[in-house]
Amino acid sequence: MCNIIRGFILSITVLMLSFPVHAEDVSKEQMKGLDEQVQEIKGDVLGISAELNRLEEKLLYPSTTQVAVFVSLAKGETFRLDSVEIQLDGAPVAHHLYSFKELEALQKGGMQRIYTGNVRSGEHVLQIFVAGKAGGGADVQKSERFKINKDVGPKIVEISLAAQSITLNDR
Amino acid sequence: MNRLVIVLTMLIFSASSASAAPAAPKKPRDLYFGEALYYAFQGDWFDAIARLDTELVQHYGLDEPERDTLHYYINQAEFDVGDFELFYRMHQRAGRAIKSVIEGNVEESVRNEAVFRLARIYFQKDQPQNAQQAVDRIKGAVPEKIRADLAFLRANIALASGGNAEAARILKDLQGEKSLEGFSSYNLGIALLRNGSEQDGRAYLDRTGRIESNSPAALAIRDKANLVLGEKLLAENKFEAAKETLDRVRLSGPFSNRALLSSGWADASREQFKSALAPWTLLSERAVTDEAVQEAMLAVPYAYGRLGVYSKAALLYGRALEAFSAEIDKLGASITSIREGKFLKALAREELKQDPEWVVKLRELPETPETFYLLDLMASHDFQESLKNYLDLEELRKKLEVWSRDLAAFEDIIQKRRAYYQPLLPAIDREFRRLDSQMRLRLEQRDHIEQRLHAMLVAPRPDYLATAEERILGGQITLLERKLTAGGKGVSGEVEARIKRLRGALLWNIYTEYDRRFTEAHRHLRDLNREIDLLKKQYTAFVRARQAATQSYEGYDDVIRRLRTQITTARGKVGELMSRQGHMLEVMAVNELTRRRDRLEEFQIKARFAMADSYDRATKAQNKKRLEQ
Repeated sequence: MCNIIRGFILSITVLMLSFPVHAEDVSKEQMKGLDEQVQEIKGDVLGISAELNRLEEKLLYPSTTQVAVFVSLAKGETFRLDSVEIQLDGAPVAHHLYSFKELEALQKGGMQRIYTGNVRSGEHVLQIFVAGKAGGGADVQKSERFKINKDVGPKIVEISLAAQSITLNDR
Repeated sequence: MNRLVIVLTMLIFSASSASAAPAAPKKPRDLYFGEALYYAFQGDWFDAIARLDTELVQHYGLDEPERDTLHYYINQAEFDVGDFELFYRMHQRAGRAIKSVIEGNVEESVRNEAVFRLARIYFQKDQPQNAQQAVDRIKGAVPEKIRADLAFLRANIALASGGNAEAARILKDLQGEKSLEGFSSYNLGIALLRNGSEQDGRAYLDRTGRIESNSPAALAIRDKANLVLGEKLLAENKFEAAKETLDRVRLSGPFSNRALLSSGWADASREQFKSALAPWTLLSERAVTDEAVQEAMLAVPYAYGRLGVYSKAALLYGRALEAFSAEIDKLGASITSIREGKFLKALAREELKQDPEWVVKLRELPETPETFYLLDLMASHDFQESLKNYLDLEELRKKLEVWSRDLAAFEDIIQKRRAYYQPLLPAIDREFRRLDSQMRLRLEQRDHIEQRLHAMLVAPRPDYLATAEERILGGQITLLERKLTAGGKGVSGEVEARIKRLRGALLWNIYTEYDRRFTEAHRHLRDLNREIDLLKKQYTAFVRARQAATQSYEGYDDVIRRLRTQITTARGKVGELMSRQGHMLEVMAVNELTRRRDRLEEFQIKARFAMADSYDRATKAQNKKRLEQ
């Protein structure tokens, strides 16, 4: 019965129009072939990216002077991180405002390389300023000074953030 | 139905893999791996792969990779890079990465997880036979975290290969699995129906249609189950049951339009046109671009006609005609717009990508009428894949363009460094060579002193520690003796005694102070060693700085030349592929819009005839009424 009624609308069509044949159609094979070529070019561009990264590091941040600062959130930390500012020997070198996606990535265990630069060998002062909101909505403003010692190899430090503390892990 | 199951299983697999893939290690001790995860968690797959690839290459290039922090996460990293490639739709590479884990020297559970992932790739690429062969290789311990997903995959492979009974058997065991809630019961329902167990199949679809959950995915599958079961019941003329099932579909979900339309037909099929008007009227007021809405715009006046309200029916047919006419014009304009290339330009708009709801926003863009129908078009898997490829290519195009500029900047930096260092270095090198020879001499002297002091530990030599004054005095005494005895002259006893006294006094001091002097000499040597260490550090620092100065501008020409060639070639390829992929999208879009326009033109004809028919009936009814009066 249902089909009969539904057919009513169709049945009142006196002039049945045949669907025009489209000039072009896209076959599965065409799509598959193109998809494989897209995959290949992605691989090529990734290769270029890797080589370019190596070149950039060697040219701009040689290991003798390289310093890199990574930011992570302490495990289980729920405070909303708004911004981080990094000062090296009193000069601001990095400032980052966090989007929701970035904050979520940090909360899941991701680590952000916030700064890569060059310094001379010896002792340097790294100052971290953090702004955010605690679970209850209260403002969190923290700042911490650390001394780091740059040696021959690249200097890599991890800054672990929590509502209560800023910790430096020297690598 | 078959297509539905496949689409649905793809949906849950993409959902489950999304939650499982970039799993963060408990304590990411490798910062660069953590950085790759940071990008992966944001869905930035290109950067995630690029960084993790670099890290893996560096790890394997180390003499002692087990001392690298990535060593603790190496299996996870290998899996993740495969997963990232999968998310970046590089199935071929993802497969290769996972195969390398399988063939490596890994534990049974790790190998089994890798085989599971490989099977999942095959299944997603619509290769159920390869997927089956892969899961058949899983033997022994299976990690707990993938146990349910593996069973679900086995069931879906069986479903896709026609092994409905096998699928049903596996799925029955998965009914208590919370992570698969809704999906396992839905697929079990489908498997049972296909296997001829009508009653049981319906019961599982019905059960899926009644699940309580807050999860959007579970709610979507609940709606889907109700729609599928409702339409099945409708096709079997079980209108009341169909209506009851269809009305369980949420009014705001993605399946609501079709459910409302079918719900109306369930009423209309029972000649309950008044009841049918409720869902149809609601539906007819929704976005006119939807196929179900367009059908409802004809169904509402049809119901009024059947209720004898011909004038209203004629009026609504007229409205439908107007709406269809406007939509046909819009579709015509859209097709023209696509052919003018505006569609591809709209897709690549940067601001859209910042918004997770960009497809919806796309519909609101002015000057791109074709995008009004995009949501329907997006439902097609092929279109989605082509669109994603196009957008990925657009990203690659932009990256390559930036890199090309970067290379020019690098060359500029190198040139400036060369211009600065080259004139300075010869003079610095000359001065360095002079200081270097001095330093070597002093170092030899120090070594000589150390050797002597070391020897004096076993064979004391007080004379070595005589002061300069004592040496001069000693020399003078010897000279005096020589003078006095020159030419065989004799020396008076008094003079000889005085000379002996002098020498004795000198030696007395040298021998009695030997221990103190020896200790002091060692202290001085230690002081000297400290200075030497400092000197060596300064020397090494200078050598490094000197090397760095040369390395800052030498040895880059070949790399930059090679990269420039690679970038130019890649830009050419990307441009060509973008044009082909774009053309494919345009063809798909034009075909879809043409189909929709043809359908509307057909509806237009139907509406026109139905309107005329309704006017006739309205006039006849009026005449009849007038005659009766």
